[in-house]
Amino acid sequence: MTAPHPHRQETRAAGGSPSGPQLQGSSRPVPHASARAGRQPRPRRAHRVERWLGRHPFGLALTAPYTIFVLVVFAIPFGFGVWMAFHDYFFTAPGVSVPHPFVGFDNFTAVLGDGDTQRAFRNLGVFMAINIPLTVVLALSLAAALNAATRWSVFFRASYYVPYVTASVATLAVWLFLFSGSGAVNHALGAWAPDPSWLANKHLVMPLIALYVTWKQLGFYILLYLAALQNVPRELHEAALTDGAGRWQAFRAVTLPAVRPVTSLVILLSLITSGQIFTEPFLLTGGGPNGASLTPALLIYQRGLEQGEPDAAAAIGLILVTAVLILATISRRVMERN
Amino acid sequence: MKRHTRIAVLVTAAAVVLPLSACGSDDSSGGKPTAGPIDIWYSTNEQEQAWAKTVVDAWNTEHPEEKVTARAVPAGKSTEDVIGAAITAGNTPCLVYNTAPAAVSAFEKQRGLVNLSKTFKDAESFIEQRSGDAVDGFRSPDGSLYQMPWKTNPFMLYYNKDVFAKAGLDAEHPKLRTYDDVLAAAKAIKSAKAADFALYPPATSDYTNSLFDFYPLYLANSGGTQLVEDGKATFTGEAGLQTLGFWQQMYAEGYSSPEAYSGDMWAGPFSDGVAAMGIAGPWGKGQFDGKVEFGVVPLPTAAGAEETSTFADSKNVGMFTSCRNQQTAWDFAKFSMSKENDAALLEETGQFPTRTDVTTVAAGFLKENPFYEPFADAVPRAVDVPNIPGSSQVWTTFRKAWDDTVLSGKGDVKDAFGAAAQTIDDQANG
Repeated sequence: MTAPHPHRQETRAAGGSPSGPQLQGSSRPVPHASARAGRQPRPRRAHRVERWLGRHPFGLALTAPYTIFVLVVFAIPFGFGVWMAFHDYFFTAPGVSVPHPFVGFDNFTAVLGDGDTQRAFRNLGVFMAINIPLTVVLALSLAAALNAATRWSVFFRASYYVPYVTASVATLAVWLFLFSGSGAVNHALGAWAPDPSWLANKHLVMPLIALYVTWKQLGFYILLYLAALQNVPRELHEAALTDGAGRWQAFRAVTLPAVRPVTSLVILLSLITSGQIFTEPFLLTGGGPNGASLTPALLIYQRGLEQGEPDAAAAIGLILVTAVLILATISRRVMERN
Repeated sequence: MKRHTRIAVLVTAAAVVLPLSACGSDDSSGGKPTAGPIDIWYSTNEQEQAWAKTVVDAWNTEHPEEKVTARAVPAGKSTEDVIGAAITAGNTPCLVYNTAPAAVSAFEKQRGLVNLSKTFKDAESFIEQRSGDAVDGFRSPDGSLYQMPWKTNPFMLYYNKDVFAKAGLDAEHPKLRTYDDVLAAAKAIKSAKAADFALYPPATSDYTNSLFDFYPLYLANSGGTQLVEDGKATFTGEAGLQTLGFWQQMYAEGYSSPEAYSGDMWAGPFSDGVAAMGIAGPWGKGQFDGKVEFGVVPLPTAAGAEETSTFADSKNVGMFTSCRNQQTAWDFAKFSMSKENDAALLEETGQFPTRTDVTTVAAGFLKENPFYEPFADAVPRAVDVPNIPGSSQVWTTFRKAWDDTVLSGKGDVKDAFGAAAQTIDDQANG
């Protein structure tokens, strides 16, 4: 600061009174500072700052906690997972250097050739084939019924929602009690009880889990549909009825198109939850009998943590993410075509 | 444009941070072990905690400079998962008094365990003097010891006296020496509806469950042959096929349940009276006392042997590389395995220290508690899992074949386990 500056001298020389240019100088600190540094003129630098920090840098500070959360909890682990999937990797104590050579697609070919992975994805397919249509149909019809009901509607709304907010561990204990070999359901069925029983039956276990998850999540989807249904103008219904449409026709021509965005959302959300199915097979069957209830998420846990092969687990994870993304894209295309 | 820049920043940040987190400073090797405060973990078993507390208090009074802080293993699905994660995070304690031999090869691969033989001069002599030949079963493929044999819980067959009486069987001296005996008893129990099931080992697909059904009976039937010996699966021999056939029949006849038990799947079925028999170590007494009237007999075999081998269900002590004061850890480990503390372990918990002189060290206790005598008698014949690389993969392969043919009660055991044996031969050789 003490060093004389050519610019300042020039300004001072050009000004009439000694105080004038000084005042002027202090009221315009930015051009002086940038000029002093001898770099770009003001607009370009400000533009650069704005480009990096946005028009309101304070907003960045406000969003920082969440950004950091997403980075630390999601983005970095995800990036790390991608890296792992392409390397020969296992967890070691910190400070230990072991080689983790790049192996290209080896992990992927290994897991794709493995019967367990194929079975897990097949099981997931069965799960989705039951869970998603059932969710849409049940949620929409129950929401429509709730929308029409005038008595007890609060009670029903609450009771559909209760399973959704109850911990899986607790509701699963109830289902275990209901569907175990000597459980309430088999007692009620008597001679009609399946053999082997539900949880030990490789044909029934995945549908049962799909049914459980549908029931558990239903309350949330009913609420989504209910909100959409309440926004369908009554006049449209009345107009349809006046035109001679029956109740079913009115439902098809008015209600269904009106809630279409919600249906699209419900399908998307159930697709995503399906990909994450873990707790149910983990607690009910451990993936059995003989892999019949193995899901990709459970397999990731088994391979990555129990068997110490995080590289294979990461590869399965990436395949799962890709599959869910593809399905989600297809469902969006189909649902939002018109 | 702006969005792309931000994504680029994010990716760059990840690319910079990730490799950094993968390496780090290398401070685990070299140098003489030092003394100072240490921390240890013990199991969540109540009686063991009481024992550990007494031992730690005694040590801390004598060594105020080398204080030991003890706590139970943090909650998790299994102790092995917790330790595996802790190794990766670098926050394992110095010693874990609940290290399963089946998991040692995995921990070793993670470089989480201290090589005791190479780090401490007196390690070999101390451990061999205390545990004798049993030590060799715990050596790693490189010949070193990465675990201290600590306690042995030989498995026996518990039976419910009330259920046996109800089924018209001898409740004081039941005939349970051969597989046919057990099947006959199971049949009587089922037809008398004395209990829902004869035997109810944990039925989920977890690979560790084989240690509660197949493995104990196989060891008994084969005279103590481990699942894998000299890099080869052993269970396709006659002894193995007999044991597999026995279990398949138990499930086929409905004497055992292939479903997950709703509750404690290890001790629950027997202590709740759902199963007439249970396979458990001496710890079973503490779990079953006051719930059911029970007696204990040695494990059955195909032909009915005099002295049978059994599964040791050992829990050992591992020292972890994250430990800063390894000398103190070693000294404390030796202190905790002195004659007095070993005797106290048996008295307090009913679990047997893995030492050759257990019957003399605990003579007084065994006289007062004759219940434990058959267990003490079985300690020298108790065998554990093989210490091989890929141990968890090997057991997983075995369990899959088990799910397929034994739990379902259907299928050709010889074919299914022949195929499993081939896979295991590959896995056991890395």
